[in-house]
Amino acid sequence: MNIDFVGLYNYWVVIFLMMVGFYTVIAYDNLVKKVVGLNIFQTAVFMMYISASKVDGGSVPIYSESIELYSNPLPHVLILTAIVVGVAITALALALIIRIKEAYGTINEDDIIRMDLEEDARRDKL
Amino acid sequence: MIESLINIILFTMLAATSLAVVRLHNLFAITMLFGVYSLLSAVIFVELDAVDVAFTEAAVGAGISTMLILSTLVITGHHEKNPKHGPWLPLVVVILTGAVLAWGTLDMPLFGSLDNPIHQHVAPRYIQDSPEEIGIPNMVTSVLASYRGYDTMGEVVVVFAALIGVLALIGINEKKCAKRQYSSDERPPRPVLQVMSKLLIPYIMLFALYVQFHGDFGPGGGFQAGVIFAAAIILYTLTFSLDDAFDLISPRVLRPLAAIGVLIYGGTGIVTMLLGGTFLNYSVLAGDPKSGQHYGILAIEFGVGLTVATVMMLIFYAFVSRGEKGKVE
Repeated sequence: MNIDFVGLYNYWVVIFLMMVGFYTVIAYDNLVKKVVGLNIFQTAVFMMYISASKVDGGSVPIYSESIELYSNPLPHVLILTAIVVGVAITALALALIIRIKEAYGTINEDDIIRMDLEEDARRDKL
Repeated sequence: MIESLINIILFTMLAATSLAVVRLHNLFAITMLFGVYSLLSAVIFVELDAVDVAFTEAAVGAGISTMLILSTLVITGHHEKNPKHGPWLPLVVVILTGAVLAWGTLDMPLFGSLDNPIHQHVAPRYIQDSPEEIGIPNMVTSVLASYRGYDTMGEVVVVFAALIGVLALIGINEKKCAKRQYSSDERPPRPVLQVMSKLLIPYIMLFALYVQFHGDFGPGGGFQAGVIFAAAIILYTLTFSLDDAFDLISPRVLRPLAAIGVLIYGGTGIVTMLLGGTFLNYSVLAGDPKSGQHYGILAIEFGVGLTVATVMMLIFYAFVSRGEKGKVE
């Protein structure tokens, strides 16, 4: 089978980044690290869109009379706004983490689940 | 050829940085390295012709999100406990998912080819007609503010909603700390940083305004300008103190401004309806459709810039005041 290495390399790195982010979310207990993992996952999506928008020999999509070929501006618009929304959502997640830290005294997921289970058991006894 | 080589090297560096981020256990180091990762992403965006996106990523990813994670770490502590359970199950899941996805890429259209389906649908219209129809050279701004104005309005509302969420969850503690008086033989802390940032801040703000109003002609626009403007205030807060920043721009002023930004965006849409057009069809704003588009884009970009700048400042205030002054009473 004939695989075009240069033509597909970007997508492979996108998948690698996505899986690194996914692994961080499911394998680590620290909530801040999970948020960083989600952010890496998110940048993988950004990379995928922007890679798709590139045209070989194309130029930045700002009109000039001397330029014939432009890269696709639509994915740029989608990702530009997604980045700003992404940071707003990250802020919301971090605010939740701060509340969790204040309520439980830890941001370790396993400890939080254990404390919740103990609380449930105590309530059932009453 | 050389372009493909640069592309492959940059993407490999990005993959290596992401691995390093995951393997570290000190959350402070992770945050700083994540800032490097974002800057590297911005470089890749420039290399892929997405200058507007690169601009945003450099300001947001490397600037604001790093600051937000750091101010969270002040409250939560920066040491990560080692995960107790084995890494094998997640690793197997991830490798299997990755393998299936990689198999899927074999059918993907090749990178950079002009025949790809993505370049066939609406993109040619945006590229060929927007300089004539909208009358501004930056196609990204044309699409963002005019063709897909609904979409952008939704994004601004999401940013505003996230602010409401953060304020509801942690709030901003506006109580003033007692001001420390410095005697004559004692110097205030960080004199070099304070003088340097006082020199820098006016130029950062000027640059933000340039990015805001030159977004029609070059890379830039409301989103980037808002974040850069907020960065100036954040720099001031870091080198002076939160109370000084509250004196400069009080959260009481910022909160209504964030809502007014969204209102300007939506209001522009209503005005176009009153003038007989459809929602956010700027052509009716002036006698000449092109001038109308100019006015409309200027107005909504201003709304976007106002909301993004105030939301970023308020979110930063919320995090720092929680760390420094504790809960809101």
